[in-house]
Amino acid sequence: MSGFSSSSVGRKVIMSLSGLFLITFLLVHLGVNLTLFGGPELFNSASHFMATNLVIQVMQYVLAAGFILHIIMGINLELKNRAARPVKYVKNNPAANSGWASRNMIYTGLLILLFIILHLKDFFVEIKFGEVTSDYDLVTQLFKNPIYVIIYVFAFILLGIHLSHGFQSAFTSIGARKPKYYSCVKNLGIAYSYLIALGFSIIAIYFYFA
Amino acid sequence: MTLNSKVPEGPIKDKWISYKDKINLVNPANKRNIDIIVIGTGLAGGSAAATLAELGYNVKAFAYQDSPRRAHSIAAQGGINAAKNYMGDGDSVYRLFYDTVKGGDYRSREANVYRLAEVSGNIIDQCVAQGVPFARDYGGLLDNRSFGGVLVSRTFYAKGQTGQQLLLGAYSAMNRQIGRGKITMYNRHEMLDLVKVDGKARGIIARNLITGEIERHSAHAVVIASGGYGNVYYLSTNAMGSNATAAWKVHKKGAYFANPCFTQIHPTCIPRSGDYQSKLTLMSESLRNDGRIWVPKNMEDAVAIREGRLKPTEISEENRDYYLERRYPAFGNLVPRDVASRAAKERCDAGHGVNKTGEAVYLDFSSAIERYGKEQAKIHGIKNPSKEKITELGEAIIEEKYGNLFQMYEKIVAEDPYKTPMMIYPATHYTMGGIWVDYNLMTTVDGLYAIGEANFSDHGANRLGASALMQGLADGYFVLPYTIGDYLSNEIRTGEIPTDTPEFDAVEKEVKERLEFFINNKGTHSVDHFHKKLGKVMWEKVGMARNAKHLKEAIEEIKEIREDFWKNVKVPGKVNELNPELEKAGRVADFLELGELFAKDALERNESCGGHFREEYQTPEGEALRDDKNYAYVAAWEYTGKPSEAKLHKEELKFKDIELKTRSYK
Amino acid sequence: MNLTLLIWRQKDARDKGKMVKYQVSGISEHMSFLEMLDVLNEDLVNKNEEPVAFDHDCREGICGMCSLQINGEAHGPDRRITTCQLHMRTFKDGDTIYIEPFRSKAFPVIKDLIVDRTSFERIQQAGGFISVNTSGNTQDANGILIGKEEADMAMDSATCIGCGACVATCKNSSAMLFVSAKVSQYALLPQGRIEAKDRVKNMIHQMDLEGFGNCTNTGACEVECPKGISLENIARLNREFLKASVK
Repeated sequence: MSGFSSSSVGRKVIMSLSGLFLITFLLVHLGVNLTLFGGPELFNSASHFMATNLVIQVMQYVLAAGFILHIIMGINLELKNRAARPVKYVKNNPAANSGWASRNMIYTGLLILLFIILHLKDFFVEIKFGEVTSDYDLVTQLFKNPIYVIIYVFAFILLGIHLSHGFQSAFTSIGARKPKYYSCVKNLGIAYSYLIALGFSIIAIYFYFA
Repeated sequence: MTLNSKVPEGPIKDKWISYKDKINLVNPANKRNIDIIVIGTGLAGGSAAATLAELGYNVKAFAYQDSPRRAHSIAAQGGINAAKNYMGDGDSVYRLFYDTVKGGDYRSREANVYRLAEVSGNIIDQCVAQGVPFARDYGGLLDNRSFGGVLVSRTFYAKGQTGQQLLLGAYSAMNRQIGRGKITMYNRHEMLDLVKVDGKARGIIARNLITGEIERHSAHAVVIASGGYGNVYYLSTNAMGSNATAAWKVHKKGAYFANPCFTQIHPTCIPRSGDYQSKLTLMSESLRNDGRIWVPKNMEDAVAIREGRLKPTEISEENRDYYLERRYPAFGNLVPRDVASRAAKERCDAGHGVNKTGEAVYLDFSSAIERYGKEQAKIHGIKNPSKEKITELGEAIIEEKYGNLFQMYEKIVAEDPYKTPMMIYPATHYTMGGIWVDYNLMTTVDGLYAIGEANFSDHGANRLGASALMQGLADGYFVLPYTIGDYLSNEIRTGEIPTDTPEFDAVEKEVKERLEFFINNKGTHSVDHFHKKLGKVMWEKVGMARNAKHLKEAIEEIKEIREDFWKNVKVPGKVNELNPELEKAGRVADFLELGELFAKDALERNESCGGHFREEYQTPEGEALRDDKNYAYVAAWEYTGKPSEAKLHKEELKFKDIELKTRSYK
Repeated sequence: MNLTLLIWRQKDARDKGKMVKYQVSGISEHMSFLEMLDVLNEDLVNKNEEPVAFDHDCREGICGMCSLQINGEAHGPDRRITTCQLHMRTFKDGDTIYIEPFRSKAFPVIKDLIVDRTSFERIQQAGGFISVNTSGNTQDANGILIGKEEADMAMDSATCIGCGACVATCKNSSAMLFVSAKVSQYALLPQGRIEAKDRVKNMIHQMDLEGFGNCTNTGACEVECPKGISLENIARLNREFLKASVK
């Protein structure tokens, strides 16, 4: 496998698989967040379950590994790609042949990373190591901060853009792309991107005004 | 020196087989110690290099392009003939042999053509094994189509890119050998001269086109596979870099040059649009199946069209001259290439040409569109269809058949050929003439071979469609690798050939001096200026129809251009750098000599046959008049110091298996 | 028409190079792009200046020799054509046109607009073939049945002309479209299946050694490819590579 992970295609497969894993995680996360609408009791018990269930506890480390792998590999590939064209074009017109999202994965990705750090500090660290009595209160309180909500919504729009390319790209990278169902995968990816971007954002905006 | 074609004895059917049985071989251990140089990496050179390397020889292959895959074989569209009889329509080795000899107007060597037909089937097997994606039918079997001049379907094809796919096949075989170190590939290298030692071809002087460095390469045999000399006309369907330098240089070193005047002018090319034109693009011959060729009957209409005052669609039926249908009612628009080309020239010379330059005729699909449209309406049960509906249905059929060609035409000319007739004009396409070779494909220089379009051997005075690819691959895959062994079996004790010898010194000095001359000449005109002038003379006086007066004039004019060239050519830059102008200068210098021999050969051949039409030798109806009594020979020219003083050697052509007949298309 | 050209001039591989401005006039809209450059070069030769070096050969869109990044696009703004098939009617009188070489670490500039694409050669040499010797004794061509659909798909992949537009246009200078076209052609044919595993691994290994970037599926290559080679080929390459790696 060492040849695999050092080859360009192998690394893309790793990006793809870690990405798909994160895509799945996002759904679970959104599901938990949606319980906010069910009131403090429901959310707190969901949150408690996530914090104590053995499987989830194990998955936490897998998830962390997935994130780290995705980030490190992404940065590594970006550096290699930059090195592959030492002299840039004087005039370039990439918009003529490719979408903005696909060309700027590194930027959307890095901004999302910054948000994740902020997010971990505000929620994960607080809940895990702080003295939080009600997770529900912690979350809804934070959503009362307009600056935080703006950052939050902005981050999820970026994530949506990131996913709009990442979702279908992940399938291509593992070879799951055939004319018959490609448009289906692509549309599903776009729908998923909207779901994530809107789903998370709406929760934040709702609780800001609530 | 008398010409010996070395054709083996025996019945034509057994010649090649029994010859191969008795030929001398080189044992595998010895092959490792033998070097072979191959110049050019098209179908012939590429397939030869790969096969020779597989056999165990050390091959050094040279291409002026940046990759073997870019040789101009890649541009062949239609297909490749093979006597497989997959269609069960009566094809056989004999029939392919017969069609090729007849198509060549009885000016090719029977034994070579028979061998070509014999190995044609193996080519298809080999290519399929290599992964060439030939077209297939729904049952998974190979598909065939038919081509001009024959009565069977024997043409294998890969869309309109058969040459590309076959070349990529040969290229892949080469790559395997390059990877194994059996072929050393010299990309962006140009052979500038041949080195002979004791009368044998022993190496070449080549220029590294990137650094400008002059290199010496030695070998036990040298193979010329550098293609044809169509660019002597400046404008042709050849690639910009296609040149005759390798062929011409070996001619000057003792290889006889055969039948230079046998050149194929292809009737359906996109016409010239202006003086800036650098190259002509071929439109497949298949278009003549459905297109009708015409020019305006009245001179006033032709003038009005040239001046843009009139559109072709505005000319009524009775004012159109469908000259091929008028002159050749039996074959109509489907006469062979040489006949169609001459007829177009005749009309344009008479002032009926249609584009701005006056050198174009119409290829009109409107009646085919109407015919197909009505047919489709019937098939779909549409009663009293409107004119628009018929056109719509008809255009759909035409698109299905020729869509890619129509699109290509539209990209170049910016006119919609569905709505207005295409404009076409003949253009130089292929040269049947070339370096003289014997049955072994060896030239008159020991150890020097010529294969593919570079030699003269198989197509006589006219080549049939889809036969060039066949010959290139036959020579490279199945003929040369055997016959070269016969010569090399005497070289196993020679050992490596040193390059630090007086012979190499002398040739290298000559090459360097010539390059320095160009750079230091600091003349007044660019290389292209002279090349265009040469092309104009060749096209006007040594083109589709020739006569003694014009040929004599051409010889004088070419001489003058050549003198002017050596006095006034201007080549910028330096010798020791990448210098495209310098490359062109050397090539044009050689064309300026070859062109003269070409005209001399045409003047000497007092008959009309195939691509060579002498106006003095025609029937009262204007058809070609062949003279088998006096001219059934190969004209092999020996260089004696000047093209004008070249010495003629005749190889008599004997037809034992085919009866000599006149071609008629009335 | 009259045009302003901004052309990359670079004496040799070591030179730093820069954009130089030229004016051309009297350009016909019927000229091809390369004929327009011919006019410029003729003019430069007459003025005793060094002409612009550019690669070209067949001038009918099949040899793959011509390149050029024109106004920031490989083979210029038109689609499904090479530079030699691009005609001046695509431009307007008074336009400024940027002409640069294909850029990639694996395609170093040799001179002006000419780049060295031998990295493609080495990838092909690593496995772009079927190991069958020329013997004339292979099985009869009709002995292998190949479905029309597979044959047509293999042909579509095989139409790649190796020009390098995919690399030039890819923001990562990735050669995946080129490599995948060859891998696909053989992967789709029964003759090519036998060596499929080694082929894909060897070709990708060589591709990586040459310094090309990684594919991020932007799809720019298939848009600019003069032969319309599709991204399906890249997916197939990935599939082939995965299959070869797990076994």
